Amino acid sequence: MSVGIGVAGTLGRSDPLQVIQESRSPGGSRLSGRGGWRSLRVWRLVVLALAGLYFLVPLWAAFRFSLNYVGPGFSDQAYTQLTAQQGFSTAIWLSVQLAIVTTIVELAIMVPTTIYIHLRLPRLKRVMDFVTALPIVVPPVVLILGVLQVAPNRLKSTPFLLALEYVVLAVPFSYRALDAGVRSLDLQTLVDASRSLGGGWLTTMRRVLMPNMRVAILSATVLTVALVLGEFTMASLDLQQTFPTWIVVFDQTNAHVSVAASLMALLLTWVVLIGISFFGGARGKSGGPR
Amino acid sequence: MSTGARVVKTWAPLVPFAAWMFVFLGIPTIAVCIGAFQKESGGFTMSNVNQATSGVYLVGFENSLKLGIIEAIVPAIAGTFIAYAIHTSRGSLLRRSLVTLSGVFANFGGVPLAFLFIAAIGGETALVSNWLRDIGIDLYAHNITIYTFGGVALVYMYFQIPLMVLVILPAFEGLKNSWHEAAEGLGARSWEYWRYVGVPVLMPSILGSALLLFGSSLSAYATAEALTAGSIALTPIQIGSFLNGNVLAGQENIGKALALGLVVIIAVTMTLYVVLQRRASRWLR
Repeated sequence: MSVGIGVAGTLGRSDPLQVIQESRSPGGSRLSGRGGWRSLRVWRLVVLALAGLYFLVPLWAAFRFSLNYVGPGFSDQAYTQLTAQQGFSTAIWLSVQLAIVTTIVELAIMVPTTIYIHLRLPRLKRVMDFVTALPIVVPPVVLILGVLQVAPNRLKSTPFLLALEYVVLAVPFSYRALDAGVRSLDLQTLVDASRSLGGGWLTTMRRVLMPNMRVAILSATVLTVALVLGEFTMASLDLQQTFPTWIVVFDQTNAHVSVAASLMALLLTWVVLIGISFFGGARGKSGGPR
Repeated sequence: MSTGARVVKTWAPLVPFAAWMFVFLGIPTIAVCIGAFQKESGGFTMSNVNQATSGVYLVGFENSLKLGIIEAIVPAIAGTFIAYAIHTSRGSLLRRSLVTLSGVFANFGGVPLAFLFIAAIGGETALVSNWLRDIGIDLYAHNITIYTFGGVALVYMYFQIPLMVLVILPAFEGLKNSWHEAAEGLGARSWEYWRYVGVPVLMPSILGSALLLFGSSLSAYATAEALTAGSIALTPIQIGSFLNGNVLAGQENIGKALALGLVVIIAVTMTLYVVLQRRASRWLR
């Protein structure tokens, strides 16, 4: 499971951003008396320390490896010369193009659908929860096998076939992000107000709903982009050289550079996610009770 | 307006979404399932399915199921403990970093993930191998490597545990403080609270999440491929090898039969998941 393969991140109510918003409420445990607090604190420390060990040691090992660009000594060349490596810019450019196309289609389909479901067909929410979870559990290997079987040759020869499929793969992420955003709005009142002031549907969408869903749309965008920039299985089996497949191919030339590129991608995703979580949190606070 | 027109008007806005899902998710999946029963020349046959459920392919299913079960149970337990530790930690910065970090790691995988573990314990001179040798444990003298089934299982947990944390955290929000206080007021000790209140309430969520973990590890491809290069029989890798063209002519549709097998297993898992989700949602209101 990779960024793409491992989409599994968000079934149920598991969207990272949504969890962050929900977990803003104060922590639950109030172990009173009987030394509860102290034992809890020790216990928590042990759990987090063990987890930290498992998650940080391999990262540290990879980081050290990426610094051994010229033999055993320390060197930052794997990082400074990353962009100059052969094939890097072509691969990144293809990935960026795919990300742009995927995101545009994704938002064009999912924003209206999510709003409409909440506004007019709320009884379908349960069905939507299930349908939007399907792309997580249908293995990407199975999906690409079927796609290459049925797609017309014209489509098969272009890398943008991948973008069409990535729209599907991103649905679980974008729907949950948008769903969380819509749920925190009083949708009916906003729409009624806009309509009674003479706004048409388009105006209502553009001038009223979209600005209110800024954070939700932003997180849907980031999750979609992160997925496209990391998807490996389908890209490699479709024989396209995107950024993730380039990392693998270039591993044959210089493994240090490949490791450096992987670490940079990981760090970048985390920084962006944290940034969004603070952006969302700040807006949530000024926005009054949900 | 006639009833027919009203029906059309109600459902029309859902057409783009439904059509996209059907064309790009439904049709390929259905095509694979049909292909499983076809000869290369067309026409119905059971031979693909028969071959896919015997020999090395049967071993593949066995390994995949075994891996799926391990990757459902161990990360479910570890993830629940970590989620509880995050849930009870004060300080919004720590909590926020840990939750976003879980989001990042849950989506991490494939070759970059394999890199991390190869750098850590992938060779005799790797970082952790050196540490362990310094304290007298020589992994390589005992032939313990990560390029084995156990190694893949260890590496998968790197994304499975964070996934569990993400999925189970909301369930802890559903544990009301008042229940704990009520239990204490009635004289319950901490373990009694967990035994009779906490764990029973959480159980449907934990089991549902474990099924999700099962599905996620079952369909994982890139990490195992990068780590073992196909030396361990796993169904997704075997399907991939049909696409890479490493097969004898006339056997292409066996890959589709293998895919059908995965789809069937996933369908059963998802059905159980829906049932458990329905039970769990009682407590999340």
